[in-house]
Amino acid sequence: MILDLMQHLLNGLMLGSILALPALGLTLIFSVLGFVNFSIAAQMTAGAYAGWLVNSHFKWPLVPCIMVAFFVAGAIGVAGDRLALKPMRKKVNANTPLMVAIVSIALNLALENGYRFLFGNELNSYDLPLVRDFHFLGLGIGPQQAQNLLIALVMAGVLAAFFSLTRLGKAMRAVADNADLARLKGINPDSLSNIATFIGMGLAGVGGALLAVDTSADPSTGARLLLLIFASSVVGGLSSLSGAIMGALFIGVASEMSMFFISPVYKSAIAFVAIVLVLLVKPTGLFSGLSGAKR
Amino acid sequence: MTTYLIFILTIAGIYAMLSLGLVTIWGQGGMVNLGLVGFFSLGAYTSALLTAHGVPIVGGWVAGAIFSGLVGAALTYTTRKMRGDYLAIVSLGFAEVIRLIAMNETWLTHGSDGISGIKAPYKLALGNAFDGFYLILVWAVVAITAWMISRLLRAPFGRALRAMRDDEQVAAVAGKPVLQFKLKSFFIGASVTGLAGAMYAHLTSYIAPDSFVPLLTIYIFLAATLGGYTRIKGALVGAVVVVALLELSRYFAAFIPGLNAVQIASVREMSISLTLIIVMQMWPDGLFAPKNEKSECHADNTAGNINETRPAPRTHHI
Repeated sequence: MILDLMQHLLNGLMLGSILALPALGLTLIFSVLGFVNFSIAAQMTAGAYAGWLVNSHFKWPLVPCIMVAFFVAGAIGVAGDRLALKPMRKKVNANTPLMVAIVSIALNLALENGYRFLFGNELNSYDLPLVRDFHFLGLGIGPQQAQNLLIALVMAGVLAAFFSLTRLGKAMRAVADNADLARLKGINPDSLSNIATFIGMGLAGVGGALLAVDTSADPSTGARLLLLIFASSVVGGLSSLSGAIMGALFIGVASEMSMFFISPVYKSAIAFVAIVLVLLVKPTGLFSGLSGAKR
Repeated sequence: MTTYLIFILTIAGIYAMLSLGLVTIWGQGGMVNLGLVGFFSLGAYTSALLTAHGVPIVGGWVAGAIFSGLVGAALTYTTRKMRGDYLAIVSLGFAEVIRLIAMNETWLTHGSDGISGIKAPYKLALGNAFDGFYLILVWAVVAITAWMISRLLRAPFGRALRAMRDDEQVAAVAGKPVLQFKLKSFFIGASVTGLAGAMYAHLTSYIAPDSFVPLLTIYIFLAATLGGYTRIKGALVGAVVVVALLELSRYFAAFIPGLNAVQIASVREMSISLTLIIVMQMWPDGLFAPKNEKSECHADNTAGNINETRPAPRTHHI
């Protein structure tokens, strides 16, 4: 029983580590640009396909595939943002963030159908050597998942360094905290928006590629996790980067643990319940206020 | 051909109902309902299940509408303290939960097999005339709903709703019970959506999780935006245009050589999503622009806005 519990906890942490990257991306874009970008699911799928293409055609190992996923998803993300969302953002009124959110959903569907057009509905598996699970204190750990966890941790570490050490990272945090104040200090939020979108969508792409390594690359790879990612960001407070990671781990563990009570098919319903419960208890999210100027 | 045309026009009526629901919630109430398809299927399943257990069809429709409305109000209440984006996410999640329930609670919904043999009103008595009768019935419901909503929106209720949509803080300062207005407008919009679902279920007499594609939400957003998302008239015209677009794209896709079925489907879905993006960018006001109810001195207050390159400042909830 205890061992079962530990196994689910471990699986939850591994799922959470995959969720953490897109959730970070979503949070970053939301903090800097001020709207919820639903096209993040399509960028995850872009990363999944990009990684799969170089992996299956050139037999590249995992880490270079992940890099390709980052750049391709980031580039498609910036292109989509500039073509579809930026013209919408310029129309300023109280409704703008919601209008942009709706357009981002349409963009998501357009991209998803683009992938479906190009690659069909097939499930495409990465061509990576199969390795047996190793056992540690009676817990089974898949090497692939352990590797995913490691990659997610490294990415989160690099990002943390970027935000705390570089000028660009600090500028982004400043804009996220207070755009007007940042502008007074000579930071142009508009020029940061491309970089924030690139990094955010790139992270989503990495998340998508890691997910596809675990399952498969197909047109709905990203869409399957969309709700869990939103739940992670919302639980994390939507504008706190460290909150997003905590939220992702929380949602990962919660959805794995839920299998003790309900059928696994309701995994993403747990995300919905988590969002509602968390918002009822603490409207700003569980981990909001972890980062930023207030600290 | 006549049967096909009648069917398409009936579907247009159902889309018009859905757009009316969206105009109430989004256009007038300023809240985004991304779970439209969830409320639609909730109404459909409620009515289908109740009428299968002997409830008269009218009872099923009313129950479907009220139940969807109550769920909508509950979602609004849950997100009452948060910025608008949260309602978008929560309603999206709601639609997913409804889909999961419809897929997996086989004892209730028959899972992916769906529910068949849903009763149609007077189908036996009318015989071949049924299709025409249902077409008229649906559009009659649309007309009554449109009339009722437009009465409501012209009443002080509607004015307060728009004031709240444009500036929640000001409306609250003016003494308007903002939360109550939001709950009511979401209730009305969601019940109209649920009623559309009930009418759909009794039209096709078969529903399954596959009948309720998430893309429907995009269709209806396109319909509402095309017509001018704040206007009743726009909702009706927009719905007809979207159905026409959908049907035309079916023929258009058949003309492109060398495409397989999956590619044809993806081209259609892609063209609808791209149309929505283009329409929202180029004609955000749609065919029928929102009526300007602001006084002269507010007419150009966005010109000097220092936030030109940023989205509107985040609204602070009270």
